[in-house]
Parts: sequence; structure tokens; C-alpha cells
Amino acid sequence: MSDSVETAAAAAPAPAAPTPSNHAGQSGTVVRSTVIRRLFKNPLGIAATVILLAISFLAILAPVLAPFDQNHANIAKTLAAPDSVNILGTDSSGRDVWSRLLFGAQLTLLSALLCAGVAIVIGLPAGLIAGYYSGKFEAVSNWVVSILMSLPGLIVLLTIRAAFGPSVWMSMIAFGVLISPSYFRLTRTAVQSVRNELYVDAARVSGLSDLSIIARHIFSVVRAPIIIQTAAIAGVAIAIQSGLEFLGLGDPTKATWGVMLSEGFKNVYLNPTLLFWPAVAMALTIGGLVLLGNAIRDALEDGEKIRHRKKQATPVMGTTAAPATARQSRKSVAAVDAGTEHHLVKVTNLGVGYPQADGTVKKVVDDVSFHVDRGEILGIVGESGSGKSQTAFSILGLLPDNARLVAGSIQFDGNYTVAPGEERVDQARLSKLRGRRISYIPQEPMSNLDPAFTIGYQLVTPMVRVLGISKAEATARALKLLTDVGIVNPHRTFGAYPHEVSGGMAQRVLIAGAISCEPDLVIADEPTTALDVTVQADVLDLLRELQQRLNIGVILVTHNFGVVADLCDRVAVMQNGRLVEEGSVRDILRNPKEHYTRTLLASMLEGKTPMSMLVSSQKEPVA
Amino acid sequence: MSTTESAPLLTVDNLVVEYPSKKFRAKPFRALTDISISIGQGETLGLVGESGSGKTTLGRAVLGLAPVTGGKIIFEGKDISHATRKQRRTLSRDLQVVFQDPYTSLNPALEIGAILAEPLGVQGMESVAARKRVKELLDQVGLPSDAIHRLPREFSGGQRQRVAIARALALSPKLIVCDEPVSALDLSTQARVLDLFLQIQKDTGVSYLFVSHDLDVVRHISHRVAVMYHGEIVEQGPAGVVTTDPDHPYTQRLLLASPVPDPDRQEQRRADRHRLLENQQHQIEQAGAVA
Amino acid sequence: MIRFIAKRLGSGLVVLFVVSALTFCLLYVSSGSIARNILGDQATVEQVAMKEHELGLDQPLMTRYFSWLGDALTGNLGASWFSSEPVANSLATRIPVAMTMVFTAMILIAICAALIGVAAAVKRGWVDRVVQVGAIIGDSIPGFVIGVILVTILAIQMGLFPATSTISPDSGAEAWVYSMSLPVIALLINGVTGGAQQIRSAVIKQLERDYVRTLRSRGIGEREILFKHVLRSAAPAGLTVLSLQLIGMLGGVVIIEQIFALPGMGPLAVAATGQSDLPVVMGVVMYTVVVVIVVNLLVDILNGWLNPKVRVS
Repeated sequence: MSDSVETAAAAAPAPAAPTPSNHAGQSGTVVRSTVIRRLFKNPLGIAATVILLAISFLAILAPVLAPFDQNHANIAKTLAAPDSVNILGTDSSGRDVWSRLLFGAQLTLLSALLCAGVAIVIGLPAGLIAGYYSGKFEAVSNWVVSILMSLPGLIVLLTIRAAFGPSVWMSMIAFGVLISPSYFRLTRTAVQSVRNELYVDAARVSGLSDLSIIARHIFSVVRAPIIIQTAAIAGVAIAIQSGLEFLGLGDPTKATWGVMLSEGFKNVYLNPTLLFWPAVAMALTIGGLVLLGNAIRDALEDGEKIRHRKKQATPVMGTTAAPATARQSRKSVAAVDAGTEHHLVKVTNLGVGYPQADGTVKKVVDDVSFHVDRGEILGIVGESGSGKSQTAFSILGLLPDNARLVAGSIQFDGNYTVAPGEERVDQARLSKLRGRRISYIPQEPMSNLDPAFTIGYQLVTPMVRVLGISKAEATARALKLLTDVGIVNPHRTFGAYPHEVSGGMAQRVLIAGAISCEPDLVIADEPTTALDVTVQADVLDLLRELQQRLNIGVILVTHNFGVVADLCDRVAVMQNGRLVEEGSVRDILRNPKEHYTRTLLASMLEGKTPMSMLVSSQKEPVA
Repeated sequence: MSTTESAPLLTVDNLVVEYPSKKFRAKPFRALTDISISIGQGETLGLVGESGSGKTTLGRAVLGLAPVTGGKIIFEGKDISHATRKQRRTLSRDLQVVFQDPYTSLNPALEIGAILAEPLGVQGMESVAARKRVKELLDQVGLPSDAIHRLPREFSGGQRQRVAIARALALSPKLIVCDEPVSALDLSTQARVLDLFLQIQKDTGVSYLFVSHDLDVVRHISHRVAVMYHGEIVEQGPAGVVTTDPDHPYTQRLLLASPVPDPDRQEQRRADRHRLLENQQHQIEQAGAVA
Repeated sequence: MIRFIAKRLGSGLVVLFVVSALTFCLLYVSSGSIARNILGDQATVEQVAMKEHELGLDQPLMTRYFSWLGDALTGNLGASWFSSEPVANSLATRIPVAMTMVFTAMILIAICAALIGVAAAVKRGWVDRVVQVGAIIGDSIPGFVIGVILVTILAIQMGLFPATSTISPDSGAEAWVYSMSLPVIALLINGVTGGAQQIRSAVIKQLERDYVRTLRSRGIGEREILFKHVLRSAAPAGLTVLSLQLIGMLGGVVIIEQIFALPGMGPLAVAATGQSDLPVVMGVVMYTVVVVIVVNLLVDILNGWLNPKVRVS
């Protein structure tokens, strides 16, 4: 009976996120039919479709298939058990259960269609208009919607029944109106998210009319969610209509599943099977609709879900041996190789992979080795998809759940955090180090602070937990840290919520948080990429000053050679998950040995003749 | 390829853009104040500034995507500051756009062929002719012709940006507004796409209004450069002058803030920057003392 | 915060007014044959006209509405046309039964759905699969059908519970709880399955946020991240789900009470609807809308407390 359908299917397919580039390169045929194809690859999708088609078929052919009229009563044969004439038996008035079930299906499906149709006719255009033009129309319709949504469906239908008498059609039209907000909201949200997309702007620049834009660019976005929503709403409509019939408030001349259920319930002591058939019919129909909606959504959501779905043991692709065999016992971690203990962190032959749906493992980091000493800054440079961030997160032990360490080891301060052969990071081992000895500066300042807590709280709590100091002491230290990172009014920032400060200031707060527990190693993942150039220069100054004062080791992940030149002692260049070249910053920037490094440096604009071709003047390979 | 002496292609004259405030009866937000620029045929004007400086808004105002509250935008002698959708349709033959984000500037549900044919269809070109033109365009931006039947998500960022450039070129426009077209791209991809922009200008004589936050990019691609700060143009002039020896304190700060890829030269630049900041601070204090 | 509450309260009153006016018009606009229905077929035309006059049906609609509104503001909701019992009185005896069930079920739903949903989001694996399948089953079987099945199996076939729950609270707390447990279970199953599913997705969405990773990197324990940060951010979504479920349940309880023959709103509403006893129907609608408005107000206040952005602006 829940009215909460619109929360169920609100997700519009977002434009594809900038994932690593190997989604490209499927051979050139069209992908449009894949949703339907994927739907029919899903056994539940097939089952749902078959069930719904079968029920529709029976409903359409009810007048032909049914042996008796829905109201034909044989008083001599009441509550009869199934026999060759009445294949499902008869009810307390001697009416044929099978015939009534068929006619009930007809009425049920038609009423669900009517309800969904009414809701779409009202909700869809209103949502399109409100979403595209916003303004007054949106304000008024939002208000109407909030009223409609706060009315319990059944109570409204009781009112309609009291006013207009027992008509299935009337009540379904009313319910359609009542539930139309779910389409309105769905459409409005989808349109709003698309309205400001750049491709709609591009269409405007091309002079496309609003109507064409809606038809061409916007309707295609809401189409699939509308189908999913319709499945859900049809289910709810069937449930509520049957409920009304069950209460005896329906049209007594019509056979419906609700009436049959009520009839069965009255005779539950005499013949409980009368309950069984209408209940099964209802559950099958609504269940079919629910499953169909789910299957369509899964088909739309693409391969993304596959990653979560199975955690099977996966044969490892490539040369790496299956790590499970080499797994060591948790208790005794092997000692690191002699002579390497002095490195602050040492990564040896690291491989990181993601198990795919087809059982292979996609490697994103492959055979990467480097080390960082105390007081040293190592830059890891590479383009997107080079595996530089994944390498950094392996050291922190903060890879996504589905990631696997397929090879190699990581040691920190003379002890393994990931011993050779371990497939996952041992969280117990790393959680003792994180925050206390290894800390992290993220890329995007705003999304890395919890919007619900003050900046002060987010600085103080880690110090209280990690260092075991009192709140008052931590507060004093936090205020000092804020001053240290160049915040002019630390008290105000301390009490502010993240949304109340600028991006540059939020990044300073995150840097303050990273050094608050005096770590030995800071891992900075593109710490200045999201900032304006002038702010970037200030933050770089800050990082250098703090690093020198505290003598910490830093791993700086970046794509910017200028940032590397500004901060780093040594550089490692990565490409496609592999480490291409490593060396001192002067060697790499001035005399790169590898072709890839040279290409990257040649792409730098600084010092180039303006308007000259950078890469080559012939028809170059496609970017 | 330098500025022609005849009337400029685009002139923006004392442009003001204000967005009405969300709050009831509050003062509108002024995004641009008294902007005046001009672009000649075959010329590139680079527009540089930090986030929120109004550089993107200026580009959008030229395209009719931002509300013009004051001043004029004149394109080929016609005032287009308040062009209707119909006038825009005619205008779109000569005035086109490439946006920053190659992921959201292409409709994910449409095939590349359909995306490229959209501006052609609006102008009433027949589908056979449009198809031929689409093939030419793909060739021009260095994409394979089988791209027609593929979806945007099958392409990398750089390839998508090529599609966006091809869409802008479809009607052989005279001016393309390029809104941070290389900011979302990797370094090596950025270089190739910049090469493409330069090649296209050489081949077709198109003008660019090239918006970027990156002084190096703007220096590389522009004939003239305008620097924006807090919704105003604080400095404009030949690219070589503005991007190497700027007058305005903000441009000076911007220039020295961008790090160079050599540790020793960067150390030098860092020192220069600190000196500059000190001097500017000093001047502000003196000005304060005088006033 | 006080201004925020006052504003919400104000808009709630406007909604109450609008809904009452609309319902009143809807009900009375087609009320032509009511007097005849009440008196039966034998009544003469004069008798019917007299009855119509007595009920005020000969007055213009607006006049009738405003006289109803005036009375309603003093707490007088009119009297049933059939039993002549004041509507306010019958509501007063029935609301406690319905509200006890709804709120007991709601509290249990909130607890169970939150526990199961969070467990599914955090543990994944089989817990997650059970929740997903449960949600599909819960969505597929309407609440009242679940009620009917429960009565048939647990009460009638197995005799574990009484099939009807007419026991009054006076006959001892234990017997009363015993008699109420089956209807409450029937009422809450759909809520738990659906709620758990949606709380699960809200929690998963939060767990994938950047700040969670940063909190981990700061050495904050998993438990603290989950209970202090993630749940707090997922709570508004959960509250919305629960409030929508509560609204739906105000209708669902009518059927459940009918199944279990409980002396709550169900029998009153159903009888009044069947006979077109309009003053009673109007009273039932008003009571529901008031409950909804109060619940929405509470949800708004809780959300304001949870989300600093709402609080500040």
C-alpha cells in the first residue's frame, strides 16, 4: 500500500562518467538495441515479460476463454471443489472461479492502464514544462504536487467513492491524478539535469526551437525512467484498486480479484483455496511488473553493477599466478628484505586489478616499484588512466572494495603493510598507520569535507581519536594548524561549515587535517588541480614550507610538470599502469630517456613558439 | 593571419550582463561590467581569467546564452545582443561554439553522425548532402569515417572534443567561441587538439574567441589577449606583450603563479613571484596611507 | 529555526484549508439523492424535501462550506446522517486504535528497515541479496493480501493468534498486545522490505562519497564513520521514505482494521463511504490530513536539524 513509488525509480541515466578510456574501441556497430538485448539476457527480465504477456493474453481473450459469464451463478453448486466443468471450483454463490479470474484480469489490467495513462497525461507535460521553463509554473505545480503527495491514496478513493458511487473507472482516474506527481517529479528532475547540459546549449546555438530541443534531446532522457515508473505505478494501481474492491466498495456487478479475495476471506473456514487464486494472480501480475521495472533499470545501468554483483574467485589474466595459493597467514607477516628497512615507503612490483564480469582481471597498475625516503618528495606523473592514483590509494589501503592486489608488496618504515602474496590490504595493519603516520590530501576540496559537520569538528576528532589528546587540547592545536596553513581568521573558519568557505580555503583545511597528527608520509593526490592558478601557487608554497619544517616524506600525484618542478626531488612517470621512467627531477625534466616522457614534455606549452604545431604537422594519430 | 584593417567581425561594446537574484527583490548579480572587445577576421582573441572572473559568461553572451542587460554585441555590422531564436538560427551559420567538457557537450544518446548533422538539418540541408558533409568534417578533424554510427561514450575525451569541433565547423562559420576547449584534456591530447585548432584556422580563416584559465594555452593560440578579473577586462593587447610583460598587477600575479617545468627556473620564478607579491602589498599599503 | 517552523506550520494550515474546501465541494456537488437514500424508497417527495432542508442541502455550496468550516473551527464536525452520532465523538473513540497501530508499526519499520538496510549496504553479500529479493516480494504482494494470508495461516490454520482483535485495552495489557500483534505485523511487512531497500541505497550512495575516504585516511574508525557521518547524511533520504510510507499506511490501516475487525477508522470509514454519510467522510479526511501535516512538519524539522545548509538559509 505504500505510496512511495517515485523514490523507487527516480534515477535518470546520468551521462557517462569520464572513465578510463578502454570503453572506447568496441567495433563500430550501433549500441541502441543493447538495452533490449541486455533485458532479455537477464532471466528475471524474460520471466517478467513472459508472465505479463501471458496474463495480458488471458485477459484479452477472457470472453472467448472463459467457460461461464462472470456473474453466472449455479446455486446448486456452491463452494465446489475443482472438477472438469469448473476447473478451479466455484465460489459461495456457485460462480465459476476460473471465469471470474479471467474477467478480473481484464478489468485489473485495464484499470491499471487507465490509471498510468491519466498519470502520464498529466504528469509528463507538466514536468517537461516545469523543468524546462521553471519560473512561476514550476512554483505553482510544486505546490500542487506537495498537496497531492500528502494525501493517502485509499482515503482519497474512499472520498471519491462516497461522492461518485462505485465506479472502477472513476476511482482509477482519480488515482491517476493523485499519483501523477510521481511522473511530474521524475520528468522535472530529469529535464532540469539536462536543461543545463552543454549539448542543449549547443543545440540552442544552432538555433533549434524549444520544441525540437525537448523532443530531440530531453524526451530521450526521460523515456526509459518513464517506462520503469509506469511498471511500478501499474503495480500500485492494481494493489489499491483491489484493496477498494476487497472492502466491498467496488461495482458489485463486476468480477475483480479484490472482490474474489474478499469473498474467499468470508469463506475462509469453509474453502480457503478461494483465497489462493486471486492472491496468486495479484502477486504474479504485480511481481511481473516490479521485476520488469528492475530488469529495465539494470539493463540501463550498464556494466557498472556487474562489478558489485559477483565476487567469484577469478582466474587472473596475464602472467601473474593466482594469489590465493601464495596467501600467508595473517598473524606472522614476513620480514622485509634486508637493507630496505630504511626506506620510509617501498613499493615492489605492485599490481592492482579489478575482476570483470567475464572472470578476467583488468589490471590498472602493473609491476610498479619505487621508494620514498624521509623528507623526500616523490612526484608520480601521468595522464588520466595511467594508474597513478590507484598506486597512491594502494599505499593508503583505500582502494575500492572490488579492487585486488594481484601482485607485489608494499612496506612502510621497515614493515610490510602488504606482504608479498596478499590479495587485499590488511585493514587492521593499515588502520594503525592511517592518520597517525600516513595521511592524505585529496584533489577536490569541497567533496572531501562532510557537509554536515563544522570544519573544527572535522579537524579535532581525528586528533582526539589518533593522538588520544583531550578535546580542548585538540581544539587549541586545530586553531594553530589553521593559522599555520595561512588562514587569517582561524576562529571563524573553525566554526564554519564546509559550504561557507571557498575552495582554496577548504583545500588549506584539508592540508591542515593531513598534517594534524604529524605524519611521516603524506600522499597528495592532485592537491592543486581543482584550484585557480594563483591559489595553486599559494598552496604549493604552503606544502613546501610544511614539508621542510616537518621533514615529512611526500608522494605527490599530479599531471602537471610545473608542479613537479616546483616541489619534487624525484619523479616517476607512469603510463597505462606501468612505471615508464624514474629519476631525479632534473634528469627527468631535462634529459628524459623514454619516448613517452619526451612526448609529454614536448606537449608543454611553456617556451614554445606561439602558434607553432606542437606534436606534428602531418595528419597525426587521433588523440 | 593578423588583424585585417577592415571592420572587425565581432565588436562587443560596453557589455553588461546581470543575472536576476534567486532571492526575492534582492539586487541582481552582475557578472560582467562594461566589457569592450573586438575580433577581426581570421584573428584569435584569447580570454584569460580565474574561475568566476566572467570569461565564460562573456562567451555565452556572444552566443545568446546569457542575458544582455546593457551595451551591444555587433556581429558583421548587425546588433545581435537581443537576437531572437529565428535570428539565431540564421546567425548559427557564422557563429559557433566548442564547449569545455567533451563529456556533457555531446548528447550521450545520439550517434556521432546525428550530432554532426543537427546544425545542418536546422539549416534545411538534405540528408544525403548532410551525410557527405559529415564525412568531410570527420576527415577534417582526423576521426575515422566509421565514427558516424558510434555513440559518444565509445570515444576518449580528446576524440569527443574533435567531434565537438567538427560540429562547430559543420556550417563553415566565421567565428567560433571556444569555452575552455582543452581544459579537461590530458597534456598530450591538449597539444594535439591545439594543433587542430591552429590547422583549421590556417585552412579556413575562421576567427576564435578562445576562453581559457591557462595563460600558456592562451599565449600559444592567440593573436591578442584580454585578461578578465571580477567581471571586468583589466588588460588587453597583443598576445606577446600581455602574456610575457603584463601591466596590470593581476596579470603579473597570474603570469608568475603558473609554474614552469624546470626546477631551477621555477625556483627563480617563485622568488620573482614572492617579490612581486611583496611589492604589490607594499603599494596597496602606501595607497592606503595616502588615502 | 523558529521562523522556519512557523513558515512550515503556516503552509500546513493553508494546505488544510485547501484540502477541506476541495473535499467538501467534491463530496457535496453530487449529493442530489442523499436525502432519498437516507429515508428510503417509501418516503414522499415532501419528506425528502424536508430532510434536504434539515441537512442544509438546499443552501448554496459555499454557504454550507463556510458554516461547516465555522463549526469545525470550534471542534464541531457535524453529526452522522444515519446514526446521528457527532462525528467528533466517533473519531475520538477510533483515532486512538488506528494511531496506536500506525505508530507502533512505524517505529518498528524505522528500526527494522534501518538495521537491515544498513547491514545490507555495509556487509553486501547474502544479506544484500536477501534484502533485494525481500523488496521485490514486498512490492509484489499488497499489504492487505499479506494480512489475509497471515490470518489464514497463523490464526486460522495454526491458531497461534486470535483471528479478530476486538479485545479492548481494559482486558489486560498482555492480551491486548497479543491481539494487536498480528495486525501490526501485517501492516509493517511491506514497509520494512521497501524501507530497507531504500535505506540501503541511500547508505551505499553516502559510502561512495569522497569525504568517507578522507575520513578513513584520517584514522577515523569504520564504526564512527558509519554511525556518525554516513547515517547522518543518509537520514534525510530515509526520513522521506518513512514519511511517504506513513502516509500510505493511513490508508492501509483502514483495510487491515477491516480484516481484523478492529474498532478503528476502518469500519467507520468503509461504512460511511458505502452509505455516502458525508459528514463522517469529511471528518475522516480531515483527521488524515491533519496527521499528514503534523508528520511532514516533524520530518522538516528533523531534516533542518540534520542538514546545516537548510538550517542556515
